[in-house]
Parts: sequence; C-alpha cells; structure tokens
Amino acid sequence: MSTQTLQAKISAKNMNFYYGKFHALKDINIDIPASQVTAFIGPSGCGKSTLLRTFNRMYELYPKQRVEGEILLDGKDIHSAEQDLNLLRAKVGMVFQKPTPFPMSIYDNVAFGVKLYESLSKSDMNDRVEWALQKAAIWNEVKDKLHQSGSGLSGGQQQRLCIARGVAVKPNVLLLDEPCSALDPISTARIEDLIHELKKEYTIVIVTHNMQQAARVSDYTAYMYLGELMEFDQTNTIFTRPSRKETEDYITGKFG
Amino acid sequence: MTALNNKRYLRRKFVNGLTLSLSVGTVIFALTFLVWILWTLFSQGLSHLTLDVFTKMTPPPGSSGGLLNAIVGSLYMVFFATVIGTPVGILAGTYLSEYGKSGWLAPTTRFINDILLSAPSIVIGLFVYEVAVHSVSHFSGWAGSFALSLLVIPVVVRTTENMMSLVPSTLREAAAALGAPYWKVIVNIVYKSARTGILTGLLLAVARISGETAPLLFTALNNQFWSTDMSQPISSLAVVIFQFAMSPYEDWQHLAWAGALLITLFVLGLNILARTLFRQNQSHS
Repeated sequence: MSTQTLQAKISAKNMNFYYGKFHALKDINIDIPASQVTAFIGPSGCGKSTLLRTFNRMYELYPKQRVEGEILLDGKDIHSAEQDLNLLRAKVGMVFQKPTPFPMSIYDNVAFGVKLYESLSKSDMNDRVEWALQKAAIWNEVKDKLHQSGSGLSGGQQQRLCIARGVAVKPNVLLLDEPCSALDPISTARIEDLIHELKKEYTIVIVTHNMQQAARVSDYTAYMYLGELMEFDQTNTIFTRPSRKETEDYITGKFG
Repeated sequence: MTALNNKRYLRRKFVNGLTLSLSVGTVIFALTFLVWILWTLFSQGLSHLTLDVFTKMTPPPGSSGGLLNAIVGSLYMVFFATVIGTPVGILAGTYLSEYGKSGWLAPTTRFINDILLSAPSIVIGLFVYEVAVHSVSHFSGWAGSFALSLLVIPVVVRTTENMMSLVPSTLREAAAALGAPYWKVIVNIVYKSARTGILTGLLLAVARISGETAPLLFTALNNQFWSTDMSQPISSLAVVIFQFAMSPYEDWQHLAWAGALLITLFVLGLNILARTLFRQNQSHS
C-alpha cells in the first residue's frame, strides 16, 4: 500500500491463517515499516491479535493453528528451516493483554529472558535490569524492592514490568497485544508515553480496541474486518480521509 | 404482595429450609462417625502409646514389646515407594498437561490412570505378588515398595496434571515470547507456579499409602524381628495392626491400637502440612 518509501521490517505475503478448519485471516498482504508504530484496529474477532501472533509464531504452541503463505522479517522467511524458533522470539518481543509476571522476584522477571541468550557478569546483569526497568518507566517505583515478588505490584506496574522484561532482551520488534485494556487511564497514559519513547529504537506493532489510542500512539494504522485487511495507511490518513467506506464507518462509530 | 406471590414466596422459603436442614443433617451424620472413630482411637490407643512402642521390637504373645521394626519398615517402604513413584508421576503428569494436546496417547493414558486411581489396592497387591514375589519365590520389602509406588503414581499424575493445567497459558506464552525453549518454560515457569500444588498432591499420596495393608500382605509380608534389608520380608505398621488386632492376646491388641493411632497422627500431620503449604501459596500469589 502506501509504505513503499519506508523499509519494511515485517512483511506478510498472501498469508492465510486457520484455527483448525476456521479460516481466520484471509490473504493478508502488509509491510510493517521499520522504526514506526503500527496499530491494528477493528471490531472484536476480526483477526488483529491473530495477525500479531503470527509474527513471532506464537500460534505454534497450539497444535491446530496453522499459517499458509509467507512472513518475512528483514526480508527473511520466518518459517524457513534455518530460522530457529526461539531466536526468532528473542528478536520479536511480545507483551500481552493481561500482565503476566512470572512467579519470581522483580529482578528475576527481567533477568529471565536475558539469561537465556547472554551470560552476563553480576554487575552487567544489574546494569541491564536497571536499564530495562528505566526504559519501561518503572525503575523509580521498584528500585527498592527488586527482590520482592513481581505479583505484588499493581496491574499497571505489572504491565510495565512485562514491557521491561520484553525490552531487556533487546529485541528488534515489540508486539503489543492490547497492552492497556486491563489498565486504568493513568497507567494507560504512562504506557502510551513509553511507546513514544521506545519507537526510537524498536519497530512496534500494537493491537488496540481503542481508536483514540491508535490515533495517539501510532504512525500507521491497519483496519481489519472479518479476517481481512481492509485498509492500511498512515494513521493521519486513516483517521481523516480513509479511502474505503467501511473504514470510515468504523472510525466514525457508525459500525462496530 | 398479592396472595399468589406470597404463596410462592412461602414455598421457596420452605424448600430452602428443607434443603438446608438436609445438608446440615448429612454433615452431622458424616462428622459423627469421624469423631467416633477418632474418639475410639484415642481412648484405646493413647494409653498404650508409650516410649516402648518406639524403642522395642514386636513381641511374641504374652511379653512386652513395641513397634519399632514395624515403624521403620513402614518408613522404608513408604520412602522408596515415594522415590519410585514421584518422578514417574510428575513426568507423566507433565506430559499430559504440556504435550498431550493432540493424538491418542494422552487421552488413553489419562483414562488408564483414572482406572489405576480407583483400582482396589488388593488387586495391585495381587499383581505385584504375581510379578515380583511368586516369580522369585520370596516376599521382600522391594515388592512392598513397588506395590505402594503403583498407588502413588496415579495420584501424583492426576494432581500434577491438574495443577499444571491451572497455570494460565498466557504465562507460558509470555515465557515463550522471550525466546525460552519449551522445556525451560516448563521447568522455570510452570513448575514454579504449580510447585506447592504438586507437593500437596505428593503429600496426599504419601498419606494414602501409609495406611495401606492389602498390597503389603502379599508382598512385604511381615517380619517380627528388626530388619532393614529390603530384599527380605519386612514389617510394616499396617500389617502388624492387622495381625495383632485380630489376635486373641490382649497386649497385642493394645499395640495394634497404638499403631493405628500412630498412623492416624502421621496422616493427620501430612494433611495439615499439605493444607498449610497450599494456603501459603494461595495468599502469596
């Protein structure tokens, strides 16, 4: 569509997705631009999250889900035999709808992913944990209780901890699956600020139910409906002069 | 309120009262027997639970003695049964919860495990008798442990699977999303979340086998002398209770009551431990 000028970080080419027999994504073609924030919007069940979960092959945890077609990360097919699944996931981080702190201390939550691929000295690890918690704008709140359980934090703090955990492994891409839907407005605002901050270094893809949020945080927006990608363009264009009637109806609240 | 509504209201109230009294009645019925059992045990057993019980061997009729060899024999067999049964049970439970999402193996295993879970222990005893006693022509502590481990396994399989299934799949996804290989997801995240639940199941399994008599009658038999040789017949509390309680000798009967009280206290202790562990975990998370 209209993103040819920017380098594509992730591309889907003629991609179809099935939950068993159910055809959930139909012939998706999209180029997610590098170092930008891309938002997926659309009514519930339209396939936004499903599309997001194909980018790190998360669906492969479940035996009846499968993809047909190509997905490229930096031009390389993520389904090819050379692509190690775990390395792919280390490069393409993900934050989920509900905060998912691991049953361990705040420090270990952040260090867990780092330890998988790097062996850092104690002081380097301390630096990395602090760096990640700083990035996720939660350092000041937790620096005195790093060795307490992560589940003792509030929902908003837990979600920022999860973002810190994702950032700590230094991925190229961050996939955010409705990261604010379980949070109060203040926590939401903090996470949106964070997205602005993080897009300098990462390609970010965010699924959201909240159109205002998409308008606030994203550079590009994709509107999906019933498993199809209806329209994909600069967020400004989508929200001011969408080229399709369906998109306009959804944006203006006539539908959905 | 109209007359009709009033009538319906009174009817609901009556049904509510009736159901409530039936529930309370059944609770009282069940508790009565439990209290009765405990009361009998304590009144018969407590006075005979002397230091001798823990320091002397099972006596011949008419002389004084204790239950030391039986206590130690029980501990040995329960210990080895747990050591054999735990890894098998936990690994099988892990397979059912984490890998058995498709195919026929997991549902079949689950079905057979459920049968094993409710299999009469005398059947297990007879099976082990045929396999591990009859074939080598002598009873042994190992055969007893083996029989008990077959009772441990299904309990541990079931609780492990249930407790691991309770761990939200989003937690697994979150760990996988960081690039963790699946075995690390299981070991570092799922086991860690389900740890107390699995441990509770294990304690309950130990509690269950510590009073089992039938499988030991066929396998470990009994031994009235001190023995810790697991390849020989070995004494156990449950079998000694069975033998002594049925005997015409009064001092044997007294020892049987003391042994029964001892097992009950042990099982009670395990249950309290399991509950405390579980509660700590609940309030923790």
